[in-house]
Amino acid sequence: MTIPVIRLRGVTKSYGSGEGAFHALRGVDLEVTAGSFVAVMGPSGSGKSTLMNILGCLDVPTGGSFLFKDVAIERLSKDERAILRRRHLGFVFQGFNLLARTTAIENVELPLIYRRDEHHRRRAAAAAALDRVGLSDWAQHTPAELSGGQQQRVAIARAIVTAPAVLLADEPTGNLDSQRSTEIMTLLTELNQASGITILMVTHEPDMAAYAQMTVYVRDGLIDRIERADGTGSTAC
Amino acid sequence: MLSVSVLLATRAIRRHLLRSFLTVLGIVVGVAAVITIVTIGRGATVKIVQQVSELGANLLIVEPGRTRTGGDENPPPFQLLDVEAIRSQIRGIRAVSAQVRTSAIVVRNGVNRNTSIDGVTDDYLTAQNWTLSNGRRFTAEDEDAGKTVCLIGAEIRRSFFRDEEPLGKPLKVQDMICEVVGVLTARGQSGFGDDRDSTIILPLRAVQRTLTGTREVQTIIVAIDPTYSTANLKASLISLLRERRRLAGGALDNFSITDTKQIIDAVASVTRVMTALLGAVAAVSLLVGGIGIMNVMLVSVTERTREIGIRMAIGAVAQDVLLQFLVEATLLACLGSLIGIALALIGSLILAPILSIPFVFDPVINLASFLFSALIGIVFGYFPARRAATLNPIEALRHE
Repeated sequence: MTIPVIRLRGVTKSYGSGEGAFHALRGVDLEVTAGSFVAVMGPSGSGKSTLMNILGCLDVPTGGSFLFKDVAIERLSKDERAILRRRHLGFVFQGFNLLARTTAIENVELPLIYRRDEHHRRRAAAAAALDRVGLSDWAQHTPAELSGGQQQRVAIARAIVTAPAVLLADEPTGNLDSQRSTEIMTLLTELNQASGITILMVTHEPDMAAYAQMTVYVRDGLIDRIERADGTGSTAC
Repeated sequence: MLSVSVLLATRAIRRHLLRSFLTVLGIVVGVAAVITIVTIGRGATVKIVQQVSELGANLLIVEPGRTRTGGDENPPPFQLLDVEAIRSQIRGIRAVSAQVRTSAIVVRNGVNRNTSIDGVTDDYLTAQNWTLSNGRRFTAEDEDAGKTVCLIGAEIRRSFFRDEEPLGKPLKVQDMICEVVGVLTARGQSGFGDDRDSTIILPLRAVQRTLTGTREVQTIIVAIDPTYSTANLKASLISLLRERRRLAGGALDNFSITDTKQIIDAVASVTRVMTALLGAVAAVSLLVGGIGIMNVMLVSVTERTREIGIRMAIGAVAQDVLLQFLVEATLLACLGSLIGIALALIGSLILAPILSIPFVFDPVINLASFLFSALIGIVFGYFPARRAATLNPIEALRHE
């Protein structure tokens, strides 16, 4: 039941070398079980962005090991990580990051294009994903014609269209008002519970973190403490 | 693999139509220039060749005189007997004619003008491909007796007769009165600028007797049967004439033979060289067009850094990005060249009648321009595409 989909062991990340080196992560241990909803909080400069980049396989650790579904990420090439991302990971960004002047459905099917899915399957899956986020009627609209909340829904549809194991959300509600934020969080929770997608979410707002089952606090490149929604807390080792 | 890149590239082009058009403007202009110049050049060549052929294709024009320096100072003229000798002794001749050209004042009903007079034997019309719009050719009797009968060019008819029927009417040429027996079909300007319709043709003997006062023949025109080799015929013509003019083995020819085919070839090769030079200049503009593509693509890569980051985050490998931009540049170049080809064809179709030359569609230059543009797209698209492909996704995503 509690198989870890992500396992970090003593992960460090440094930029530069020698005296001037900057250590963004200084030995992070973390296990995330499949199907969990994890919030990552911490002040800016704490290393949480670096941590998310590594968890999203966009970056590799300088030291330590990162097992994703028993694959050692630090040994993969740039392209192998890209292939792993399009198979198992979905991304939702604070700024939505949709392609401008591109319809919602074309935005959503983009990961499938890179996966070389054929046209019909691609369109069907993209339509299904849009339906999932409640935007079936907006498939032919471009981002400029959609509200912020709708754009973020399209971004979520794009992230889940590949049926990923893990969805990484970087402050998904950062650009939205509280009502839209609630809607997005409800959608993410629903995806987590109904589809069993593991969600890793960076946030500033405790309100949003409250939707997660587990909140990881990062401070000075280390995990400060982990709080679980069921009340059990733990400090990092 | 490529189909994905083509799909993504076409979407990118469609998203930025104006920018795409501006990107390929250089290629459009370059291709249009190359093709228009070459098309017009080809048309000009065709026209010149046509005009020279109207003199009569495959004509040998034989004249007394030196071909090189050091020969006889005063070469003897030809006689009618030389023409007869050529006619009877050289094989492969379609027509041979003697010609004496002079000019005279022609007067009728108060109109007078100086015009060129040709004294010829009847084969002249055949050799020069002249036809009559009405009337008749000279008869053997006309020629033998040197009767003062004449054939007039269309322009002469216009200036002296207007709407009158000229046949049978007299025309005063210098001091002689000649009777018009035929009118030549209009031909217009020759390739060398003289008006070929302002001519009056008389039997050789008539001109010799009344105008030049000698029995000399200035020019012998030999029309070659196209099934015979010009070179062989020319060689036997030279040896015959050397024999008749009693030239010793070492002496230089004291006559010259001009081959109209040589003129055609010379003129055509000059036009070809001009076309090639202008085409090369235009090709440079095509190259500049390619640099334009590279410029805009480089700016575009910078401007689309974030987009590239998104594509990488959701699973594009470096090659996907590389190919997308490369295909985009190549497609743009191809589209640009298609627009350029269309413009060139329209331009040539408009220009050809203005320059009064025929429109000659040359598939080779069109295809070559298209392929060259595609190549330019690939070459100049590669550098920006590589830059895009090697971006770091994290930094690209952070890019504003």
